[in-house]
Amino acid sequence: MHTNSSNISIAGLSAQERITTGVIAALLGTFMLYGVAFAHSDILHNAAHDTRHAITVPCH
Amino acid sequence: MISRVLLAAIIAGMIAGAVAASVQIWRVTPLILAAEVYEAQPDAGSAHSHGQAEQGAQTHEHAAETWAPEDGFERTAYTLLSSLIMGVAFALILSAAVMFSGRNITAQNGFIWGILGFLVFNLAPTAGLSPELPGMPAADLIARQTWWWGTAIATAGGIALIVLTKPLALKALGAGLIALPHIIGAPHPESDESAVPASLAADFAANSLAMMALFWIVLGVSLGWAMNRSQIPAES
Repeated sequence: MHTNSSNISIAGLSAQERITTGVIAALLGTFMLYGVAFAHSDILHNAAHDTRHAITVPCH
Repeated sequence: MISRVLLAAIIAGMIAGAVAASVQIWRVTPLILAAEVYEAQPDAGSAHSHGQAEQGAQTHEHAAETWAPEDGFERTAYTLLSSLIMGVAFALILSAAVMFSGRNITAQNGFIWGILGFLVFNLAPTAGLSPELPGMPAADLIARQTWWWGTAIATAGGIALIVLTKPLALKALGAGLIALPHIIGAPHPESDESAVPASLAADFAANSLAMMALFWIVLGVSLGWAMNRSQIPAES
């Protein structure tokens, strides 16, 4: 993961910017993943049933 | 800045989710449908109910009135939708990991990020909780979900320690962290008795993991491409 990309530099962002963006992305992503793969709601479970099995998360 | 990263994650997640859904509908869903034949249906309700008679299996009967998509087009459409959401969700989580690490992600190194995601979210958890088909016995759902998350977090933390820190002691701690959930052990049912044929279960395990490996590689490369496409400015 050591690349010297000239036009984009995440490493060049301030730590505060990186952490803020990271926290927001992590919260959004975890919330969506929870709904699709972990929520115990029967309706969500039934809708995403095949995907839950296919992506190898505990389903039933 | 934030919206650019989120946009990149949404684009990459949709691409990888669509690839995953295609492979899933082609190679994985048929195995799930084949396994459902072996799932006991005591109430003779919808073909999609999950009543299980196997000893040790968790009882999970759906009330007759609970909505479920109709088999066929509707069910496939929901599979596609849920795979796209799954793709965006993992893309956001991978973006967060990139941000926390402070390392760049590009189309060139994206496959490494993808493989790390596969290790964290699929390979490590399935080493304890192998991919489940309907009708297979399993321990308590909440216990398994807790172990799954604990394993993903420990594996991610372990990889971060190994990759991002210099001292050998911290790298060793990272290796220990990765091993820890497997030393503790995943929750298992009292009995492994199952009507599902072993060959079907093996076929499913191989195909679901292959599908997720492909998903993560496509996701890593797509995210690297999309992040650069959106030209995040280095303003500090």
